[in-house]
Amino acid sequence: MSGAADFLLAALTVTALYAVATSRLAACVRASALQGFILAALPLALEWRDGLAPPSPHVLVLAFGALAIKAVAIPALLLRSIRAAGVRREVEPMASLHISILGAAALVALAFWIAGQMVPPFRLPSRLLVPVAVANVLLGFLLVVARRQAVTQVVGYLVLENGVFVFGLGLASHQPIAVELSVLLDVLVGVFVMGIAINHISQAFDHIDTTALASLRE
Amino acid sequence: MRTAVACTWAALLLLALPPLLLGIVVRVKAIAAGRAGAPLLQGYRDLARLLRKTPVYSGTTTWVFRAGPIVALAATAAAGCLLPLGAGAALLAFEGDLVLFAYLLGLGRFAMMSAALDTGSSFEGMGASREAAIGSLGEVAVFLVLVTLVVATGELSLSAIFAGLDAGGGNPALWLAAAALAAVLLAENARIPIDDPTTHLELTMVHEVMALDHSGPDLAFVEYGAAMKLAVTSALLVGLVWPAAARQPIALAGGMIAVAVAIGLVESAMARLRLPRVKQYLIGSAALAGVALAAELVLRGAA
Repeated sequence: MSGAADFLLAALTVTALYAVATSRLAACVRASALQGFILAALPLALEWRDGLAPPSPHVLVLAFGALAIKAVAIPALLLRSIRAAGVRREVEPMASLHISILGAAALVALAFWIAGQMVPPFRLPSRLLVPVAVANVLLGFLLVVARRQAVTQVVGYLVLENGVFVFGLGLASHQPIAVELSVLLDVLVGVFVMGIAINHISQAFDHIDTTALASLRE
Repeated sequence: MRTAVACTWAALLLLALPPLLLGIVVRVKAIAAGRAGAPLLQGYRDLARLLRKTPVYSGTTTWVFRAGPIVALAATAAAGCLLPLGAGAALLAFEGDLVLFAYLLGLGRFAMMSAALDTGSSFEGMGASREAAIGSLGEVAVFLVLVTLVVATGELSLSAIFAGLDAGGGNPALWLAAAALAAVLLAENARIPIDDPTTHLELTMVHEVMALDHSGPDLAFVEYGAAMKLAVTSALLVGLVWPAAARQPIALAGGMIAVAVAIGLVESAMARLRLPRVKQYLIGSAALAGVALAAELVLRGAA
């Protein structure tokens, strides 16, 4: 077992669960920031697992990219838009928080089961890698679907993307760095666009409840 | 000879230590709030004083009311006998005793709830109903933690499990299980995020309101039983977090005291949750325990 990496992966699942369980928007964003820090440490932990060889520049760039974008830039942006919109809580989520947590637990179980059915083509650095990646993707979907506030939905998208990132880390040694970096940048651009959209929703409707966008007006 | 030593340590940790643990929780809270606080041994004095008093029974109560505190105390002590307390195996160990352990704690809870309902007081009925809700939700988390331990060690007896947890230090699944157990420990022992032991308002009480009509030796049994439950559950937590310590009585006592200090700090830093949030807290800890189980299954390569 690869100790440190397993711990980080377990912590990643717990932070995703926390994002689902909390009703405070700021806490939700901070959970995603914590995920960013974990994702920055994860490549190093995976690399240092066997022996104390210095990490390759590829891994260093990946770690710093995750730190700068996922742990600092995006959460700062989201916290700013929360302040600007003046919304602090998810008041009436689509599914109640109890149901969300139960659903989240069921999704984690499902993810671990699905991951058990998948046979990786080569030896992965950690057994928890694929299950945690799938669990994060599913929990991200849950956040996007079950909440009304635009900020929580963005966090859901981030959690989902973090799952994809973890999945990519398993293939890090087989994958050109350009792909990883372009993914990181795509996310940043995506969140920029969403941040602007959130501001516009809040200016137009005095709140950031996305259900207002579903009804058509003549 | 070995059993004699084991019995002595178990008796000391299970029978003598509990009031001190509560004293430590109270003292830590007092220091955190800038007060001097009650003496650490106040719990023993309170028990001695209560035991000398004459109990008063309401005319509406039956034997159920009188049996409550006794059954609760006896069930908790029996559950403690199933835990390996310090020296080697537990006083009583057999395959599957962890189910008995969980349900002995449940039996104690049931006895206290029946006694509370027997008084016919509406406050106590409310406390009993809350206790039932908390207990039934907490049980899910407790069982998921126990199943995780069974999967981790391949053993079905608490003594064997804690003997087999040597290599557990670097296992994230066991840390998740420990976190879930710590969350449930606070709920089981009616500590702050769930219940406030110092509140004076009956409407917000859970455990305390069920003890309102008990007096004299009965109240002593209730308080002693609650302290013993704290000792038993914190011994379980210490065994999970630091398996090596659970085999040395002194280290185990130190670990239990550390748990009491941690509870005191949590109580100083947090406020009681609103009742609807309690449900969420308990479901969340069950979800945490579920993740621990799933992670353990994957790490074992069983899934």
